Amino acid sequence: MTDAADTGAAAPKRRSLIDTLELDTRLLGMIGAFIILCVTFDLVTDGRFLTPRNIFNLTIQTVSVAIMATGMVFVIVCRHIDLSVGALLATCSASMAMIQTSILPQYFGMELGGPMIWVIAAASGIVVGGLIGALQGWLVGYLTIPAFIVTLGGLLIWRNVGWYMTDGQTIGPLDPTFMMFGGTNGTLGAGASWAIGALAAAFCVYAIWQGRRRKQKHGFTVKPLWAEFALGLIAVGAIMGFVAILNSYEVPTRRLARMFAARGEEMPEGYTEAYGLPISVLLLIIVAIVMTIIAQRTRLGRYIFATGGNPDAADLSGVNTRLLTVKIFALVGVLCAISAVVASARLINHSNDIGTLDELRVIAAAVIGGTALSGGIGTIYGAILGALVMQSLQSGMAMVGVDAPLQNIVVGLVLVVAVLIDIIYRRRTGDA
Amino acid sequence: MTPLVEMLDISIAFGGVKAVDNVSVDLHAGEVVGLLGHNGAGKSTLIKILSGAYPKDSGEIRINGEAVEIHNPRDARALNIETIYQTLALADNLDAASNLFLGRELTTAFGFVDDDAMEAETRKIMGRLNPNFQKFKDPVKALSGGQRQSVAIARAVYFNAKILIMDEPTAALGPQETKMVAELIGELKKQGIGIFLISHDIHDVMDLCDRVSVMKNGQLVGTEKVEDVTDDEILAMIILGKRPERT
Repeated sequence: MTDAADTGAAAPKRRSLIDTLELDTRLLGMIGAFIILCVTFDLVTDGRFLTPRNIFNLTIQTVSVAIMATGMVFVIVCRHIDLSVGALLATCSASMAMIQTSILPQYFGMELGGPMIWVIAAASGIVVGGLIGALQGWLVGYLTIPAFIVTLGGLLIWRNVGWYMTDGQTIGPLDPTFMMFGGTNGTLGAGASWAIGALAAAFCVYAIWQGRRRKQKHGFTVKPLWAEFALGLIAVGAIMGFVAILNSYEVPTRRLARMFAARGEEMPEGYTEAYGLPISVLLLIIVAIVMTIIAQRTRLGRYIFATGGNPDAADLSGVNTRLLTVKIFALVGVLCAISAVVASARLINHSNDIGTLDELRVIAAAVIGGTALSGGIGTIYGAILGALVMQSLQSGMAMVGVDAPLQNIVVGLVLVVAVLIDIIYRRRTGDA
Repeated sequence: MTPLVEMLDISIAFGGVKAVDNVSVDLHAGEVVGLLGHNGAGKSTLIKILSGAYPKDSGEIRINGEAVEIHNPRDARALNIETIYQTLALADNLDAASNLFLGRELTTAFGFVDDDAMEAETRKIMGRLNPNFQKFKDPVKALSGGQRQSVAIARAVYFNAKILIMDEPTAALGPQETKMVAELIGELKKQGIGIFLISHDIHDVMDLCDRVSVMKNGQLVGTEKVEDVTDDEILAMIILGKRPERT
């Protein structure tokens, strides 16, 4: 089968810098927009927006929504929707709070603060989330009830199952180790943060080198060496820069003094300590890496994208699309549980309204991040960037002093405009 | 000699309509059997039972004389039955290699999808089938009709098919590409592969097939050797459902 259009491609083409580096122009556009947003807020707030402290807070506030958004990408890519994530988060949070504050201490004699409590609580939350997700996935996949309906029902059901379980009471304080996943209460400090940064940077360099070797082994054309070096440098710079920013945010002196007092020690004069990388952010990074690997390097991910692109083709190629639906929703359930750990630990207790409206934030994050509701297209990093953009907008406007109703109006407008820009971009690049 | 495929007394109904009614066809190794009939005659439905897309209501399928159960496309693939669907059944958002290996991905020692190895294999087979094909990195929606067709054909041929089902393989192709498909069918025949060829075009069928089975309104009109019948007689079978009279 010959094709005239193919023969023309042999002619040498001038390649732009972006082509040579094989960069994703959509990602570049999103990062560009994010940077413009941050710089604008920074100028308007006289440099209060881009301080280590605010960046630290922004990342902590983004984690919960971002973790769920990575799962929402799979759901939307597969042409479904999940409206129940916020409610599911509440049910997971309620079960974990009850397990650590009443069930384990009462029936198993474990004291709050015991070494195993947080593990058991988090693990049971993940089981609860996974099971509820799998149930919803089964209703969608095997009983073919539309996901919109199943999860709309789920939104009402799980929000109120959580309420029913706790009699509407706020449960707290939670286990101290558990609360370390919340952000400020659990950071790694400067040394460990640098170490993790260095490890991540080394891994990036190794991955780039490995990828190049693998391509050479198959005799594919590879990027010029300088391009690989440039990419490596950007990656290492970004990682270390991020760690440096977090490490330059120091724990307030009064808080340090309290910590020393609690241990019965005197704080040395001029003692300082940096927060460093919060454990919750590390958790998000790990989730992001695992989800990206699932999306790009596993059969599960391949089938999710294939099913989103053409469900019939996936079916005829032997993909069990029904079971796949169960797996996707179960995965989202697990991610909701992980988000519930972070969210309840950040609030230091479980409250009834935890995660309210999160479903909309999560869907918005995924969509702003370039996930197409028509299915088949979406990236994990996009969704996380989308969550970051939303959070920055919200806290930036709060800093500037925009009225509350106007804040939501702006976020709503940004959602619609972001999707419009995405549609226009795809149409231009023939990527639709 | 035992036929490669026997479909015996196959029936399937959709909501009271008998789409396929007690039809029997067979196929030998190295043979091309054409399935002819109007739209809605039931030929695609019959063949989708063999490829596992539809479950049959009654009847029996035998491969090399042995009764088999085909419940889904995975079962069919396990029996070395490959299908090129009229719709091509490609995931438009994925590249050629991902489509070619969809459901049968090559993996690394750790169980991860090995994209580079799949691209290398895809380059090899496309080099044979369609040497001009260069768009290995693009999603298949960026390809022309002929290029997409060649991806679908490559997918069916790559995995050592013994039984190949081609549903209107030339419907979307120009004359040049149609000729390539004809050559490919000849080559596959020589390798001993049995091919069911579904087509509207009786000239196609007369040129490429050894036998034709004609269907009308879900029923089999008859099966004839191509050299025994004229175009007109085939047309009479398709339109009138009338078997040629023998002396």
